[in-house]
Amino acid sequence: MATLQTDFIGIRSPNPFWLASAPPTDKEYNVRRAFEAGWGGVVWKTLGLDPHVVNVNGPRYGVVYGADRRVLALNNIELITDRPLQTNLDEIKAVKRDWPDRAMIVSLMVPCEEQCWKDILAQVEETGADGIELNFGCPHGMSERGMGSAVGQVPEYIEMVTRWCKAATRMPVIVKLTPNVTDIRRPARAALAGGADAVSLINTVNSITSVDLDLMAPEPTIDGKGSHGGLCGPAVRPIALNMVAEIARDAETAGLPVSGIGGVTTWRDAAEFIALGAGNVQVCTAAMTYGFRIVEELKAGLLRYMEGKGHDRIEDFRGRAVPNVTDWQYLNLNYVTKARIDQDACIKCGRCYAACEDTSHQAIAMTEGRVFEVIDEECVACNLCVNVCPVENCITMERLPAGAVDPRTGRSVQADYANWTTHPNNPAAKAAE
Amino acid sequence: MAKSVSTPGIVAGRLSPAELSENFSDLHPPFDRHEAAVAADRCYFCHDAPCVTACPTSIDIPLFIRQIATGTPEGAARTIFDQNILGGMCARVCPTETLCEEACVRETAEGKPVEIGRLQRYATDTAMARGSHPYTRAAPTGKRVAVVGAGPAGLACAHRLAMHGHDVTLYDARPKPGGLNEFGIASYKTVGGFAAAEVEWLLGIGGITPELGRRLGGDLTLEALRDGFDAVFLGVGLAGVNALRTEGEDRNGVRDAVDFIAELRQAEDLTALPVGRHVVVIGGGMTAVDAAVQARLLGAEQVSLVYRRGRDRMNASQFEQDLAASKGVRIITNAQPLQVIGNGAAREVEFARTEETAEGLRETGETFRLRADQVFKAIGQRLHGAPETLKLDGSKIAISGAGRTSVPGVWAGGDCASGGDDLTVTAVAEGRDAAEEIHAALSG
Ligand SMILES: Cc1cc2nc3c(=O)[nH]c(=O)nc-3n(C[C@H](O)[C@H](O)[C@H](O)COP(=O)(O)OP(=O)(O)OC[C@H]3O[C@@H](n4cnc5c(N)ncnc54)[C@H](O)[C@@H]3O)c2cc1C
Ligand SMILES: Cc1cc2nc3c(=O)[nH]c(=O)nc-3n(C[C@H](O)[C@H](O)[C@H](O)COP(=O)(O)O)c2cc1C
Ligand code: SF4
Repeated sequence: MATLQTDFIGIRSPNPFWLASAPPTDKEYNVRRAFEAGWGGVVWKTLGLDPHVVNVNGPRYGVVYGADRRVLALNNIELITDRPLQTNLDEIKAVKRDWPDRAMIVSLMVPCEEQCWKDILAQVEETGADGIELNFGCPHGMSERGMGSAVGQVPEYIEMVTRWCKAATRMPVIVKLTPNVTDIRRPARAALAGGADAVSLINTVNSITSVDLDLMAPEPTIDGKGSHGGLCGPAVRPIALNMVAEIARDAETAGLPVSGIGGVTTWRDAAEFIALGAGNVQVCTAAMTYGFRIVEELKAGLLRYMEGKGHDRIEDFRGRAVPNVTDWQYLNLNYVTKARIDQDACIKCGRCYAACEDTSHQAIAMTEGRVFEVIDEECVACNLCVNVCPVENCITMERLPAGAVDPRTGRSVQADYANWTTHPNNPAAKAAE
Repeated sequence: MAKSVSTPGIVAGRLSPAELSENFSDLHPPFDRHEAAVAADRCYFCHDAPCVTACPTSIDIPLFIRQIATGTPEGAARTIFDQNILGGMCARVCPTETLCEEACVRETAEGKPVEIGRLQRYATDTAMARGSHPYTRAAPTGKRVAVVGAGPAGLACAHRLAMHGHDVTLYDARPKPGGLNEFGIASYKTVGGFAAAEVEWLLGIGGITPELGRRLGGDLTLEALRDGFDAVFLGVGLAGVNALRTEGEDRNGVRDAVDFIAELRQAEDLTALPVGRHVVVIGGGMTAVDAAVQARLLGAEQVSLVYRRGRDRMNASQFEQDLAASKGVRIITNAQPLQVIGNGAAREVEFARTEETAEGLRETGETFRLRADQVFKAIGQRLHGAPETLKLDGSKIAISGAGRTSVPGVWAGGDCASGGDDLTVTAVAEGRDAAEEIHAALSG
């Protein structure tokens, strides 16, 4: 029997779905209902020192829509919790007492002074929480005060604060990373060097979601002005997946436990993070958009997938895709494919034609009766037709067998593996032995 | 005593005002903004889209839907009007199920096309609600064109000519412009006086002078028009009706379906409009369906539509047939009338069963009778009173190119001209194209 139970850096939870530190986790009422709905754990909305921050009183969120106003991304200009520290601590304690089997992580952000961290850690330990997450990610507002991503963008600060925290508490320490850096491996290495038990990523991406063309101001607009916010939701998932993979592949950080965050909306998204090495996932936007109930689909879908593949535990497939993430130069140049259009499935919209014709390759012919066919002499197998076709599996990429002649190049397909490092066009190529 | 559906004879007030207004409300209610956005999102923006090919006026459908999706319905309307100035009416009356929507790739994919007609209505209604007319006229050319017939063909022709700077006199025999938009189309397709409002909006371009109550063959002659104008366009539609030639056709209660429909379209108060208890409609086209459905909606207890051939030969589309069935009209095929029976007023119609044979349609010898206090003849309209100098092609005015007739300086389009389906949208396309050709001829 497959199980979703996880043990992440010693913190147990009945499933790998945690709510990320954000409004869904900012008070007792919410977190209790989240646990009732079935979430495996929560990272409590980031706590700070008193006096607590204040939020703007106008709109906080912007949005990027897909078809039918489907939320593809949100951006927010919200700060950390805007409630008194003690209120939050009391509530965390009460909820943890009633839900001992769920993971209770407390997110923290205080000024870069060791004493501040020591004080708050002692208070959090009091609540019985299972661990802490250091919010080095928030890209707006808090960063202007020298916290959040202002720390997360300087590896030395990350290492220093992580070290203080590890020294001051027995609780496991998760360091939450900001994606607003050029190389995610540097902050991850710094966290590791500071003694972090895990990293979680990503926090939100600096963004302006839209500009109000009447007010001539970014949205969300507060009295005629707007500031950049942090982007999250399905649109940021590809960025997050890549960053998780980079940490998993890096010689220094490989094996560092990762909590995957960014756009997780369905079980499949979660499975992909896990395949790239994440030990669990955190969810924010999907819960904000659809409500706590989505966890049902997340759990059922992931379990069904695992059963179908014969995986008993998350660990059984965690990181399995990591060895297959490689550098471009190692891709097999003898792997030759051609697009194939299933004429029975084709609905004759011609999007493949427009895309191929106007993109570059002119490899799709449109003939009498709106019949679309691939011209093998021109097809470079770029995949764009597959991507734009509205019918799944109508256009597929089929591999040419070894020995077949690729009509585009006139060369016969080689059975062996050969990559750029040995290619004659590569000025730096080493002759193949 | 209050009337009801079962009151014998041809009487008014079978239904309450509330029931009537419900029955004659919009067949396809307009989209609101949200519905339009959802429907627009379904368009795939096809390459060389098949819907455009299927539209007789070749509206750039993917473009206008994309404009709706991007929140610019007035830009969408402009895209529509550029090709079809009666895009508002066409959005309501086009049999989209056999035109653009039939060609939609999502019809192939899911059996549910993008709702092009309703999106078109959303765009055109939004733009027309602005009140102002979107086109301006080119510099005056000093040329004058007579357009005879203010139906869709004539209106489209007149508008395009006016846009190119020509002065148009628009003649029509009827007291109101609009042609069958005003007098023929089923009420529930064009509610709220839309036909008249659309004509007024169209005339907003200026340079078109309507002359109503003027009949070609009456006070107007083709010769005089050719003398007085630089060009003439005829869009006179099909003013005649085919004769039934059935015994008893002259009994009371037997009349042409188009007259009943025109009366209905012009009625101020539907509670005052009489209709039979047992109604028989003879014919198999759009007119027959419209007469039958509207008779039911007025409160006729039993309505039968009787067509002489098989269902597959009916001119009414599947959608129209289904609509008739859903309103309780009984469709009887393979039967033709032998006689209308009655004493002064019609009481019954006797029909002969027919079958299709290699030699053509044949009566089988079997007969039956249907009760009927009202009988509508809807066996087709035909050209009537066209000037004799014009060559005909079959029963219609012969044309070549974009509406050029056999008489120099005279063009024709719409139902009265040969070629093309008898549809509003086809009439618009032909009127528009003839205008372009006239413009080219006058500019040459
Ligand atoms: C009952 C009915 C329902 C229909 N429903 C639909 C529908 O749902 N969808 C659709 O697409 N099509 C429908 N049609 C067909 C459509 O109405 C016609 O194809 C279209 O109106 C043709 O346009 P037109 O301009 O050629 O002619 P018309 O609309 O017939 O206009 C001709 C005009 O010329 C005038 N005229 C005629 N003779 C003279 C003369 N001698 N002198 C001066 N003026 C004259 C007439 O008064 C009229 O105003 C329907 C037709 C009927 C009869
Ligand atoms: C409104 C809002 C407030 C957030 N507040 C916090 C916060 O206080 N602390 C924190 O670490 N992350 C915060 N985040 C970031 C989320 O925890 C998460 O990292 C990010 O939204 C990406 O995940 P998602 O795509 O599932 O939303 C916030 C996100 C949103 C949308
Ligand atoms: S989501 Fe709730 S709090 Fe936010 S603006 Fe709407 S009503 Fe107000």
